Amino acid sequence: MKVKFFPSFLFLILILIFLIFYKGLNKSNIYSPDNIIEKKIPSFSGKQFYNNLYITSEEIFDEEKFYLMNIWASWCVPCREEHSFLMKFKKLDGLEIIGLNYKDKNENAKTFLSELKDPYDLIIVDRDGTIAIEWGAYGVPETFLIYDKKIVKKVIGPLNDDLFFEIKDLIK
Amino acid sequence: MPSIIGFYSLIFGFFSSIILIFFSIKDYKNSNSFDKKILIFSFLQFLFVVISFFGLILSFVNSDFSNETVFNHSHTTKPLFYKISGTWGNHEGSLLLWLLVLTSFIYFFLIKSNNQPKKYRILTLLFQEIIIIGFFIFLIKTSNPFNYIFPIPEEGLGLNPILQDPALAIHPPVLYLGYVGSSIIFSSALAATTENYLSREWAKHIKIWVLISWIFLSLGILLGSIWAYYELGWGGFWFWDPVENVSLMPWLALTTLLHCIVVMEKKLILSSWAVILSITAFTLSMCGTFLVRSGILNSVHTFASDPERGVFILIFLFFLIFLSLFIFFFFYKGDKKNTNSFFLLSKETSILVNNWFMMYFLSVILVGTTYPIFLDVISSQQISVGPPFYHKLIIPFLIPFLIAMAIGPKLRWIKSGIEDKKYLITLFLISLIITILVVINLDVKFLLNTVLITSALYLFFITVRDFFIKKFSSFSQNIAHFGFSLLILSILFNNFLTTETIVNLKVGETHTTEKFKIKFEDVDQLSEKNYKVIIGKFNVENKTDGRSDILYPELRIYNQPNIVTSEAYIKTNLFLDKFITMNYVQNKEHFNIRYQTKPLMIWIWISVVFISLGGLTSLFKKKHES
Repeated sequence: MKVKFFPSFLFLILILIFLIFYKGLNKSNIYSPDNIIEKKIPSFSGKQFYNNLYITSEEIFDEEKFYLMNIWASWCVPCREEHSFLMKFKKLDGLEIIGLNYKDKNENAKTFLSELKDPYDLIIVDRDGTIAIEWGAYGVPETFLIYDKKIVKKVIGPLNDDLFFEIKDLIK
Repeated sequence: MPSIIGFYSLIFGFFSSIILIFFSIKDYKNSNSFDKKILIFSFLQFLFVVISFFGLILSFVNSDFSNETVFNHSHTTKPLFYKISGTWGNHEGSLLLWLLVLTSFIYFFLIKSNNQPKKYRILTLLFQEIIIIGFFIFLIKTSNPFNYIFPIPEEGLGLNPILQDPALAIHPPVLYLGYVGSSIIFSSALAATTENYLSREWAKHIKIWVLISWIFLSLGILLGSIWAYYELGWGGFWFWDPVENVSLMPWLALTTLLHCIVVMEKKLILSSWAVILSITAFTLSMCGTFLVRSGILNSVHTFASDPERGVFILIFLFFLIFLSLFIFFFFYKGDKKNTNSFFLLSKETSILVNNWFMMYFLSVILVGTTYPIFLDVISSQQISVGPPFYHKLIIPFLIPFLIAMAIGPKLRWIKSGIEDKKYLITLFLISLIITILVVINLDVKFLLNTVLITSALYLFFITVRDFFIKKFSSFSQNIAHFGFSLLILSILFNNFLTTETIVNLKVGETHTTEKFKIKFEDVDQLSEKNYKVIIGKFNVENKTDGRSDILYPELRIYNQPNIVTSEAYIKTNLFLDKFITMNYVQNKEHFNIRYQTKPLMIWIWISVVFISLGGLTSLFKKKHES
């Protein structure tokens, strides 16, 4: 049977389009218009909250994992407000929550956590606020979603329902 | 309870489809008469989907939060109207609506096609059943609207407030009737090709279905556009958003198809066009669903990005494309009486020319919509294609398109001369003179706009003249073309003459421009059922005639989910829309005020209604004849 040129050509083109769409689907779509260029996270080292040992950012952040980095303080009122959302995040699989305790007294922070429960997998102490500056934070609370050592999303101010679902969608 | 009934009804519907396929194949092979069982089972299939759909509506009305879809998209404080419209305001529900329209169309098709050949009817049914079963599986497997959740939540998450708008509440059903309506054309074209039944009778019979989908699609696009204008608060009505584009593409394909069918009815040519366009129209509708639902594009309409759903639709879409192309290349025999006598000056030639233009517009939009995906996959660059791209590529070609639209219908079928056509030239000169007089006074590029407005005006005058001279012959064609010229004219003048002022004001302050004075008189706060509202009172005084309008834009603070939306206040009259929105500024004492005057806005909507009216009158004329 003679193979017709046009149909076979069309067939090939369509296969190509299919493959491109298919690849396009599997490409992770996690970017939002305001930070299309994903920024690399700054490297830093800090004391751990519970055992006072130093830890570097390279040790904390793995590449193929999602992290939620939350800047908080016991004196910050909106932090109380967003705390329930952090507890919700804690229940999600595949997400580690890192706390950055900002310009806070150790005692107060501990009472805060025992009162409201501790959502963090790891807490780093930022007594003088220099680490927060490196991250380009405006104030407390502030939250960063990190993947592949890059900032995927940045939330200024307390978390809320919408953000919870948005981030939940992102890490799926 | 309604959820459970809905779910089982869906399963029963699925089984009726399978039984239906079984009977159809048996009937296609064996008997000579049309089996009554087929009709019964296609009715059952339709009925089960209807029950399932009402089950979902009831769950929404009762705020049954044990249903995951209801929980995710509804809230007890929502007004009843939006509870109901919430049914299709989400991925799962809207797919159930797809299925509803699919099954209803095939049922009515079977009833209405009694006088058609039996084998053609059954094949149409079979092709349609392939689509229906595909959607049944898709719905049950990946997007079941009746998922049960436990423990039962107290309260739902609420419907996105920008979707709580009357125009948008009925926009999806209307649009879907158009989208999914094209499925029946697709199935029928494939069946007709296989059975070698591409005849004038076929054209006559399928024309009704083309018209129905086309009318609904036009109205659906219109509603979406009106919503964007009122609700999004930018004062625009078309943004070349990917989702708007995917609705425009099937529309262009259907419009072209309609013209081909008209030609085919008179003279058996262009049948390959008709088949290809039928396939194109439906595949583009499916493609639209794929692009929107898979999350491959970022858009306001993306409900949830779930790769599993995307992969399913993608594979299904390409399965249908390959199936239809296979059928076309293997079964298509060419036009029966191959009288390929195209004369340069004839109606069919001008229709063919316009078809090519329409295909060009379609390709531009297709490329603009999908190019970002291709680029992203191939080179990981992320871009978005905006209005300038479309304007540059489409506007210049509108000119010959409009002129062909004006002159084409004046030509006769088969062969025609230009005798007795003096008025064609006279009207052209009149349009040219009027345009020059108008354009000189405007601050726009002279050459392009003169030619563009002239051609639109030309079409306008010629169609108006026909209303008086021809009265009712080819009335539907004329009214649709008239609507189109009106549409282009209104869009052009709307673009040229729109003015916009953006200013930050506090209560009591006044902003003065050359033409008007805006005074921020007062703010008021009210509580509605599911939102709080801040109403501003503005006095806009026109300096030239001293008349003033009081305008009340709103800010709505919805409770669930907690979102602030800005409601534009629009004062419409026949010549001018006054459009004002207000928004919070950081310190919450000043408001950001955006005031626009938009001439001829209402004519954009009216002209689309005229265009659809063209289809409607054609439909009724059809009914009278038969």
